Amino acid sequence: MLLRTRLHGKQYEFPDVRVLMGKANEEKSGDRLAGLAAETAAERAAARFVLAELPLWVLREQPAVPYEQDEVTRVIQDALDPAAYAEIKDWSVGQLREWLLADTTTAAQIRRAADGLTAEMISAVTKLMSNLDLIYAASKVRVSAHCNNTIGLEGRLSSRNQPNHPTDSLTGIRAELYEGLAYGSGDSVIGINPVDDSYSSVARLLEMTHAVIQQWQIPTQNCVLAHVTTQMKCLAAGAPAGLLFQSLAGTQRGNDSFGISVTLLDEAQTLAQRHCFTPGPNYLYFETGQGSELSADAHHGWDQLTLEARCYGLARRYRPFQVNTVVGFIGPEYLYDARQIQRAGLEDHFMGKLSGLPMGVDACYTNHARADQNAIENLAVLLTAAGCNYFMGVPMGDDSMLSYQCTSYHDTAALRQLFGLRPAPEFERWLEDLGLMHAGRLTARAGDPSFFLRR
Amino acid sequence: MPEQPATDPQLSIDLPDPALRRPTLSHPADPAGLHALMAATPARIGVGRAGPRYTTAALLLFQADHALTQDALYREVEPSLLAELALFSVATQVCGGKQEYLLRPDLGRKLSENAKEEIRARCPQRPAVQLVVGDGLSAAAVEANLRQILPVIRHGVLSAGLSFGVPFFVSHCRVGVMNDIGELLQPDVLILLIGERPGLGRAESLSAYMAWRPQPGDTDARRDVLCNIFAGGTNPLEAGAYVVQLAQTMRAHQASGVALKLAT
Repeated sequence: MLLRTRLHGKQYEFPDVRVLMGKANEEKSGDRLAGLAAETAAERAAARFVLAELPLWVLREQPAVPYEQDEVTRVIQDALDPAAYAEIKDWSVGQLREWLLADTTTAAQIRRAADGLTAEMISAVTKLMSNLDLIYAASKVRVSAHCNNTIGLEGRLSSRNQPNHPTDSLTGIRAELYEGLAYGSGDSVIGINPVDDSYSSVARLLEMTHAVIQQWQIPTQNCVLAHVTTQMKCLAAGAPAGLLFQSLAGTQRGNDSFGISVTLLDEAQTLAQRHCFTPGPNYLYFETGQGSELSADAHHGWDQLTLEARCYGLARRYRPFQVNTVVGFIGPEYLYDARQIQRAGLEDHFMGKLSGLPMGVDACYTNHARADQNAIENLAVLLTAAGCNYFMGVPMGDDSMLSYQCTSYHDTAALRQLFGLRPAPEFERWLEDLGLMHAGRLTARAGDPSFFLRR
Repeated sequence: MPEQPATDPQLSIDLPDPALRRPTLSHPADPAGLHALMAATPARIGVGRAGPRYTTAALLLFQADHALTQDALYREVEPSLLAELALFSVATQVCGGKQEYLLRPDLGRKLSENAKEEIRARCPQRPAVQLVVGDGLSAAAVEANLRQILPVIRHGVLSAGLSFGVPFFVSHCRVGVMNDIGELLQPDVLILLIGERPGLGRAESLSAYMAWRPQPGDTDARRDVLCNIFAGGTNPLEAGAYVVQLAQTMRAHQASGVALKLAT
């Protein structure tokens, strides 16, 4: 295979698809850490010229990890629709980009083509897209799902109410939960990251959040984001869970490091269908994020964008209710600054949607990255324009347990009012009935957590 | 030239420290209830709003807390603390300071050759429990908790009739360094106390990572972690007791991480 171009009078040659894919990426500290980044800006540009000419079938035949070695590859390749693939396999990556952006290409056509795309193809086209390309193409596609309510409909923006507490205090978590509900946050999920992820602790948090849902008749679902095996144990013992959560990696070895496998996730889904208190049919919640495979030494020499695309290929198998990248959580060695975090957020959201997933984003940063709250507010605006399903809701964006900053209860309220968007329909009716929202805007009594001390 | 405005001799802006938690929400439905809610969590609730945005006081306090964290990020652990607790100090393969530490986690997971020699010379092999302290992403976390948690763990391990290895400090340390230490000293249980990445306006959170007979190639699936150890989270004294208990559970089941979860 010859992969070569001249650019500005100089020759650039790439030994194989893996190296080409790494060098075509936008600058990321994680790709540099892995020794995959382009040496110069010109080499990056040259890699993109070559990648734009690559036929899609080549990417299908050269997955990041061979079929025989990796169950994530097997899940993705086995799920491919042969008819959809046959229609696009001879396109170049550059052609795919223009087709996605074309005025004549509809959302339904994109959804169908997605059945014929592998993660490597989705990653490749993402490398050729500018930030506004990613926003524009993603905005064409809506992916909705149903559990206890409906997420991802046109004209809607949801918020995960994330009332984390540094000691899992039930009264503390309840206080934050009330603050969030008073701002209209909680339609994606009431989802807690526990400090203590033991069985009894997780069961207790499920009981408490379920009790609030029952008491106030909230059309939503709860979830405690412990390891999936702990949640399964809780479900089997009768604890009330609305969704089951797990973090995913894009390679089998990466998932080994998370203590999960396809077999385990299959079992989790079956258990959720049987025992979750919610009607479904979408019961799973996944989180991902560029760099986690490299962090677990499970990247097989591939760039972090492609591995992230493979997470979405795996997630798709489970028809989840929601999926979000936790885009700035991993730290500066993978995404160095505000510019890299914003780029990765837009890439992940686009790739998730192109994989047919109901995508949200945890737009966030840690205090050792070169970013601040302004950068995250900017990213949330861009993603709302791109048709993102949901963001995190944390008191002022400051998570007192996970030690990172993300979007706030206020942010979703402001984005809804800025873009004329509403909460999930069932949840909006609930807010209207309580008098906290009218015609899509917060009322005078909204924003007061003591409102929920009445019952 | 524009006319200079006259300064108002009556104007005086002289502010107290704003870092006090009081509601910036006006006219709550239940004022006493709001205070109780706010007392239940360190999270920024009861903050009120200007339209769908923050009140000015709440916004400025957030920015001030972010400033504190940024200013504190690049500090090293006080050598006097390590001397006081009789910890000798070794380094990972990071030699280009905090910047390299942040960008090259692979180097922070490996002991330098000097470190290996010194550990071999000073630490007995195969203790029941080996304790190691790492700076991680917050020197302040080590400084805030180590005086309390270290004696509790040492005392607890010895009281249980187990051998306690010679503890030491690793600078520019990542969690993965546990594998190198496991290979070198072959403890039954290895405990790594390491500074977490700083939260907003707070940098004193410590984590305890633990593993049964860690070896090269081990991942987080073979480790257990207790996080948020600080006076306002999991109290360091209680955390120390819990760590000792977990070490005994690991010895009883000869397992850690996911394997231990499945066994218990």
